[in-house]
Amino acid sequence: MANTLANIFGKSPVRPLEKHIEIAHRCARQLPAFFAAAISGDWDKASAVRGEIESLEHKADDLKKKIRLNLPKSLFMPVPREDLLELLLVQDKIANRAKDVSGVVLGRKLQIPAAIAEQFLEFVDRNVDATKQARKSVRELDELFTTGFRGAEVDLVSGMIEELDRIETDTDDKQAALRGALYEIEKSLDPIDAMFMYQVIELTGEIADMAERVGRRLELLLS
Amino acid sequence: MEAEIVYIVLAALFGIFMAWGIGANDVANAMATSVGSRALTIRQAIVVAAIFEFLGAVLAGGAVTTTIRKGIVDADLLVGSPELLIYGMLASLLAAGTWLLIASRNGWPVSTTHSIVGAIVGFAAVGIGTDAVQWGQVGTIVMSWIVSPLTAGFIAYLIYQSVLRLILRQEDPLANAKRYVPAYMFLAAFTITLVTILKGLTHVGLDISLRDSYLLAIAIAGGIALIGALAIRRIQPDPKAEKAQHFYTVERVFGVLMIVTACGMAFAHGSNDVANAIGPVAAVVGVARTGEIAATSALPIWVLVLGGAGIVIGLATFGRHVIATVGKRITQLTPSRGFAAELAAATTIVIASGTGIPISTTHTLVGAVLGVGLARGIEAIDLRVVGRILVSWVVTIPAGAFLAIVFYFIFRAVLP
Repeated sequence: MANTLANIFGKSPVRPLEKHIEIAHRCARQLPAFFAAAISGDWDKASAVRGEIESLEHKADDLKKKIRLNLPKSLFMPVPREDLLELLLVQDKIANRAKDVSGVVLGRKLQIPAAIAEQFLEFVDRNVDATKQARKSVRELDELFTTGFRGAEVDLVSGMIEELDRIETDTDDKQAALRGALYEIEKSLDPIDAMFMYQVIELTGEIADMAERVGRRLELLLS
Repeated sequence: MEAEIVYIVLAALFGIFMAWGIGANDVANAMATSVGSRALTIRQAIVVAAIFEFLGAVLAGGAVTTTIRKGIVDADLLVGSPELLIYGMLASLLAAGTWLLIASRNGWPVSTTHSIVGAIVGFAAVGIGTDAVQWGQVGTIVMSWIVSPLTAGFIAYLIYQSVLRLILRQEDPLANAKRYVPAYMFLAAFTITLVTILKGLTHVGLDISLRDSYLLAIAIAGGIALIGALAIRRIQPDPKAEKAQHFYTVERVFGVLMIVTACGMAFAHGSNDVANAIGPVAAVVGVARTGEIAATSALPIWVLVLGGAGIVIGLATFGRHVIATVGKRITQLTPSRGFAAELAAATTIVIASGTGIPISTTHTLVGAVLGVGLARGIEAIDLRVVGRILVSWVVTIPAGAFLAIVFYFIFRAVLP
């Protein structure tokens, strides 16, 4: 039996969105272990981690579909539905990029040159820092809804987004330095491997870009 | 005189069935807000509802009962044949009960009040003649069905805006919550007791002067606010829970406030909705006992008690289950939002009760929730369902009327 009062409440997208960024972040968080295994040539381990990344990415995808289905046009919300859907989309891309980059490396058993290995791992870590900060910011969504997107809570979230921007700028710097280092040694590498190495750096850097876009989307909700 | 006893027994049976239905179903809406926000457990909610529904029905339910009983049908036209009023009121009870059963089976968001008023108007207009309906009064009632959700929504909007400004958007929401929440408690208790004392108590035979009424309301509200303030003082922040949700402890403070507004809501609900069940009963009893239509005969207290008891029985048998189900579905109503909705709805309903106007408590509460939503308080409201409520509103009145007409002619043919 349906109840009048219960039915006027649509499914709130807030908790599911927080859950979704959690999964996306966990997806990215597997990358350091994945690359460590790849660098040490332990492809069994790398393949196992990649399996984990894939299953997390599927989970994020499923949740994304579920959230979309529960956000019909008839919902009346304090923020535009489109903004929430855009936020969901960029959150999901974090998981996608993690899957893509690990797929390229595993598919070719791409050997990351020892000369830049350490620098590369640092770069990966920094990207994961960005997704972690994105998760922290999105976790404030329920508090933002509680305050109606005004007041002290907004300043708190703005601060978090600024920190996210700083991390992303840092990954950009690291990415440029890494590309420079790769350029120095590219002549000594197999040309195709070198090309793919550039692509791996590019794809990894996009993870922080997506995290930053999560921040941009959140910021739109605050305005 | 045998026939009269049959009438009274039938009316009491139908009335208690209707009250039971209200208790099992409608009360859930009044109480689920508090259960959904975890301010009360289901067990506590049932105890609160039982006590305050009953109090509301007996202390403040008199005026609405009188309206249903003799405000809609013009009794002067029936002086020669009082049994027609008996058939009509029995038919209305049965019609409203049947329609509510059909509607809830199909999940239509219909209102008990709309059903019973539609039924009474229906039997009077067709069974007796359009002159028998006090159209002016009916017009006022129907207008109030539009006005009451709007009023509740407007009040809820203002209350929630004040909560946002005074507490939630501040640097230290907890300190501000502890400071202002007792004031909201005072406001809630003051309005509801004042309206009850001014408008309701005359039906119980108590007559208190205007000055004393205010003093009494201030004293009661002050006492409640004081107890509330003491309870709030004992709430200590829980750093672990607050890490996940910064407003965890703040919401617990609002939870104390919500216990007060839940009592107010149950009281308000009892004061307005119990009349839907016992108004017709009172009419039947009045005619059957005296054998004539006396516009001035007093409302027997036992009828109010009967209605209150029926509601409590309905609550104890099925209400528990409904409260649990609804409570789980409305978790978006955190205590800070839920109290705003409850306080606005309860105030609106109690004022309507005092004026003797039967309104839909559920629709008033829906209006209040929408008001909180407009203040950016609710995460997601499904406007399709709001639309469906408006449609059911329009359908219920003719449906109740039609069923009442059918039952009326059956009773007129069958009953002595």
